[in-house]
Amino acid sequence: MSNEQKPKSKSRRKFLVRSAIGLGVIIGGGALGLSPMRRFLAIAVDEADLAYSNDAGVNLWFEVLADNRILFHCPKIEMGQGAFTGLAQLAAEELKVPISMIEVVNSSTAKGPVDGFSTGGSNSISGLWVVLRELAATMREMLKNGAADIMGVNATSLQAKDGVISGNGKTMSYGEVVQQVTEWKEPEETPTLTQRQDWQLIGKPIPRVDLKPKVMGDPIFGMDATMPGMLYGSVARPTQVDVSFQGVENAAEVEKMPGVVKVVVTEDFAGVVAESKTAADLAKEALKINWKVNKVWQQAEIEEMIKVGSGKAFVIQKEGRAKRLLEEEGAEIMEAEYFSPMAAHAQIEPNGALAYVEADKATIMMATQVVGITRKEVADSLGFKEDQVELIPMYAGGGFGRRLHTPNAMQAAALSKAVGKPVHCFFSRKEEFQNDTFRPPTHHVLRGRLSADGKIEAFEHQVSSGDVAFGSALLPRALTAVAGADFGAWRGGLNQYKAIPNYRTVSWRVKLPFATSWWRSLGLLANTFAIESFLDEMAHKAGEDPVQFRLDHIADDERSRRLRAVIEATAEKGEWGKPMPEGRAQGFAASTDANTPAAHVVEVSIEKGEIKVHKVTCAIDPGIAINPDGIRAQSEGAIIMGLGASLFEKMEIKDGVIGPTIYGAYKMARMKHAPKEIDIIILENGSKPSGVGEPPLGPIGAAIGNAVFKLTGQRLRSMPMELS
Amino acid sequence: MNISFVLNGTEQRVDVDGNTPLLWVIRDMLNMKGTKFGCGKAACGACTLHVDGQAVRSCSYAVKFAQSKSVTTIEGLSQGDQLHPVQQAWMEEIVPQCGYCQPGFMMATAALLERIPHPTDEDIDKNIVNICRCATYYRMRKAIHRAAEIKQAQSNA
Repeated sequence: MSNEQKPKSKSRRKFLVRSAIGLGVIIGGGALGLSPMRRFLAIAVDEADLAYSNDAGVNLWFEVLADNRILFHCPKIEMGQGAFTGLAQLAAEELKVPISMIEVVNSSTAKGPVDGFSTGGSNSISGLWVVLRELAATMREMLKNGAADIMGVNATSLQAKDGVISGNGKTMSYGEVVQQVTEWKEPEETPTLTQRQDWQLIGKPIPRVDLKPKVMGDPIFGMDATMPGMLYGSVARPTQVDVSFQGVENAAEVEKMPGVVKVVVTEDFAGVVAESKTAADLAKEALKINWKVNKVWQQAEIEEMIKVGSGKAFVIQKEGRAKRLLEEEGAEIMEAEYFSPMAAHAQIEPNGALAYVEADKATIMMATQVVGITRKEVADSLGFKEDQVELIPMYAGGGFGRRLHTPNAMQAAALSKAVGKPVHCFFSRKEEFQNDTFRPPTHHVLRGRLSADGKIEAFEHQVSSGDVAFGSALLPRALTAVAGADFGAWRGGLNQYKAIPNYRTVSWRVKLPFATSWWRSLGLLANTFAIESFLDEMAHKAGEDPVQFRLDHIADDERSRRLRAVIEATAEKGEWGKPMPEGRAQGFAASTDANTPAAHVVEVSIEKGEIKVHKVTCAIDPGIAINPDGIRAQSEGAIIMGLGASLFEKMEIKDGVIGPTIYGAYKMARMKHAPKEIDIIILENGSKPSGVGEPPLGPIGAAIGNAVFKLTGQRLRSMPMELS
Repeated sequence: MNISFVLNGTEQRVDVDGNTPLLWVIRDMLNMKGTKFGCGKAACGACTLHVDGQAVRSCSYAVKFAQSKSVTTIEGLSQGDQLHPVQQAWMEEIVPQCGYCQPGFMMATAALLERIPHPTDEDIDKNIVNICRCATYYRMRKAIHRAAEIKQAQSNA
């Protein structure tokens, strides 16, 4: 670490050490710096060195136990993306312990760091990359200092390895140190982090730390939370959009039903508390609720709203004079429209919360991607201070952005408060599908102009989308003015081929009459589908090979070079251009998201009129690969999830009712749709790790569509893609 | 009504409305949380368990039909420390991501291997029709083939 960096690091890390009833040492990090406001808020979301403050004053990151285990109170939640494992690797690397010594636990707001933002945006690893390692390295040095005092030697003569401190012929385990140390000494400067060539754990394909509990069926999820004396709640949710709650006609009657403890009616909602889940559901169904219908919406009206040209426009990227060139009289301009539908999160574990509200405190157990925000909302709704609410995060049975919006925690708390007992409350599947925070539908208009030598002279992407980031609890209203266009909606929508001399991107913002929000990768899938399909159209028009055509338009800055490397690696490993058997064709697409470029070569055929994907080759460059197996797993899953979204998934509204409301009718990728071959190539051309959970989802739709075009001559411009 | 059945080798008696789904009896009354709720309509398979060795979607299976039968959940799939071949294969291939749907898939796979010890890809496509939103299907397919091998090796031993 250079001298310039040391004072900065030291000044922004402040450590608290507490002896935990003779059991061990607790280390906490205080006062972590907030990054300055960036030019684009999107960059801040991706790269922010997030603040993990905890006004409870403990802010516990690590506990070393007498038995030599180290508990890592992780502020990021685990929803399948592997954050617990990757972060454990970072911590263990600097603590100099085997991964088996680390036990990752969800950070309760009463104890550990509280994530004031979210687990999402593919930034769990990148956001904690430096912070977590510095915390771990500092604790290691404090353990060494403690051991030195006990042994009566100089700390510089000691080494830490495998959870043991040794030197001068003596050894002590970390667990022994914490039992004997009397005074904790913080190192004077933030320790130098382990150099890349010395990494023992970072970069290794370690099996995920939550593998065994998940294979054994352990009760780790939000749905599995219990408390003694727990009752079951059920909240009545509207089946129609754009309605307001007006009260209940038959509360007293329903309260007499068997097993019902109480019918709770507030200003915003009605719910029941009962002795069993079944009794609660039956009672909820019996409630006669007055919903005031503000407007009965139809699909055609939504489609009319989501149109480039309506709503408010923001020019979010501009180079050269694209607009003028694309509107020049007599010039040959290519133009195409692309569409993506509204989609559901459809995560298998429904949203829910277990709440226990007592006179002066509340406890919430649930899976939420926004721990700090959920806690604040619950506290505000109860008239409590934040530190009166303990939120204990649980493993999430899928997140994908659905758990960024958690008013159900407040509802569970209201039910619990009404009966004075713990109440567990969760959505039915129909309620999930009808009250989702949907991925908004999109409309794209692309225009392009080729030069005489077959290169792109001008390129323009205009996208209209319902809100993604806007309107979410994550983005305070004041910031929307700064951000202008909805960065969630245009994620993936920017031109990444910077050697094109003239280009322009315009985002049209539309507020829909129902909640729309983040869905794994936000606008990436739809935007990449439009841009990378249209590039394919332009390549064919120019008579160029689609891969070479892309390479011809890549600039030479660092970001572009990483994209180039990914495209070249994918084309090579995927044997782009090889002779294909009759009835099969390859398709190609690439994208960059969360600073991670990814590209796909897919092999596709048409079987019984349906698009079948046989093989996907994907190169991805997460900068530095923390866990190659985790990156492979995320890529495989993103590819298949994205395949399903591109070929099958679609929500629609009819007479104000959104559907379908059940799996099956809402068609998703299943075993039979998964490609039999998926080949993931990991490149590491960055100086720090970047996101993995979402980026590999980007190119799949366009890659499939481009292969179908090659195979059939049909250009599919609307997701879900169907052959005519 | 009083209903008794064997759950993971232990006799259980419950006093409950016979139409209550077996899923909620097991999860809420008997406090075994490994069997998951996904949709309540037998459409996703997250609640798959075995009744007398057959894969059953317990969210839509009234508890009265379990009377005097033997029910196995994910918690009863392993024999003590000895993991079931399906669980071993799931560990080897590092299948789970969020993990929520995985007990249902493992139970469906364990039942499939009893009927078809060495399923082809087509057998897997036809029979393993649960839903995994993380889309771990690629590894799951490998794990199913691997589980068949482990099971074969165990029965040969």
